[in-house]
Amino acid sequence: MLRIDCPYCGIRDEVEFRYGGESHLSRPQPEVDDVQWSDYLFNRKNTKGVFFERWCHSYGCGQWFNVARNTVTHEILKTYVMGEPKPEIKQ
Amino acid sequence: MATAYYLAAKHGIRKVAVIEKGWLGGGNSGRNTQVVRSNYFWPQSADFYEYSLKLYERLNAELNFNVMLSQRGILSLAHSHHELESQRRWANSIQINGIDSEVMNPQQIKKLVPSINLQGRLPVHGGFIQKRGGIARHDAVVWAYARAASNLGVDIIQETEVTDFKITEGRITGVKTSQGQVSADRVCISVAGHTSVLARKAGFRLPITSMALQAMVSEPIKPCLNTVVISNMIHVYVSQSDRGELVIGGAADLYNSYAQRGGIPVLEENMAAFLKLFPSFSRLRLNRQWAGIVDITPDTTPIMGKTPVKNLYINCGFGTGGYKAIPAGGDTMAYTIAKDKTHPLIQDFNLERFAKGKLVDESAAAGVEH
Repeated sequence: MLRIDCPYCGIRDEVEFRYGGESHLSRPQPEVDDVQWSDYLFNRKNTKGVFFERWCHSYGCGQWFNVARNTVTHEILKTYVMGEPKPEIKQ
Repeated sequence: MATAYYLAAKHGIRKVAVIEKGWLGGGNSGRNTQVVRSNYFWPQSADFYEYSLKLYERLNAELNFNVMLSQRGILSLAHSHHELESQRRWANSIQINGIDSEVMNPQQIKKLVPSINLQGRLPVHGGFIQKRGGIARHDAVVWAYARAASNLGVDIIQETEVTDFKITEGRITGVKTSQGQVSADRVCISVAGHTSVLARKAGFRLPITSMALQAMVSEPIKPCLNTVVISNMIHVYVSQSDRGELVIGGAADLYNSYAQRGGIPVLEENMAAFLKLFPSFSRLRLNRQWAGIVDITPDTTPIMGKTPVKNLYINCGFGTGGYKAIPAGGDTMAYTIAKDKTHPLIQDFNLERFAKGKLVDESAAAGVEH
């Protein structure tokens, strides 16, 4: 069971949350070609190691926020609100 | 492993090395739940998986190894009128694809699976069965291909990890491994959950998410379940192995993971769903529980064929259902590698389909939530 530190509610169990995949994606301009658009839409880093991702506290406050988590150990290194820049995390 | 076998057996290419990070059958090929079937909706998937099932049907003779294929049928349950309607459409589509499929009413299901509880919180309204579906012994399939390939001169190099690729002017020239370099004019990445990691080293991105999919087996009991039962709605599937263990699986742990272990919440959900269908199994103990890392694509259809790097091929994205595709995946990839031309059966499974919007959406046929 992951214990996730929601920035709004504090530490809660994994089952209260919904996963949202990779974070810090930015939508390209509408003029870009199909290759660039599909890269934004489908391609993902899928990092082995420290990964920056979105979670939603759907059975709590309902807020989306960011989590830095290690995908090998599942250790949660940091949670931070949307809009904050990617934190520096030593690998 | 299958690709190497077919390269040697069908195309006469015997200077093949299979480089395996761990040991043979130690990854997903030894962690899956042994189900083989071809009940897919879209014609291109149906053709591919039906070809695979047909290869399974004659695998014993081809490889001179008993893979213990048991075509005991795979039964998908519907828990509402609406789900049954969509299953009718699905079963109809399978028939149009030329594959066996029959819709069943609750009485027929009860007769086939007497231990099932049709009146749970989500009652069983019906279902459909592919009688040629079933299970085959997963370790035997790996060993059979390995022995046959080895007899033809294929080198199987275990406990050796590919650490990087050698690429010259956009063309592959070899791989770097933990034991040194191997030169090769053609290379195929066939590593399931770790495909993104290797693709990044080769310099391209993939639409893949790696997640843990868990499975578990009970203590062995006498034969009591003679078909594979799957419920998409409450997320569980179960069959009984030849050793008598009930093999149970369900939803994936729905977050990125490279840890080969599953979380307790999903395990509990799987068990709850299993016991809703089979309350009489509630006193059974679980012997083992484990997880494999599956590579899930946006349309749950695999990615097979060429890559942006010349002579580097890819065979990945099978997500939760790669086992049933082993023979066809190996055969079609061997053709693609030998001729540097995509096999007709896997033409629509190319990497470019995402930019073209030509997705093959098989999320329902995947059978489990992800």
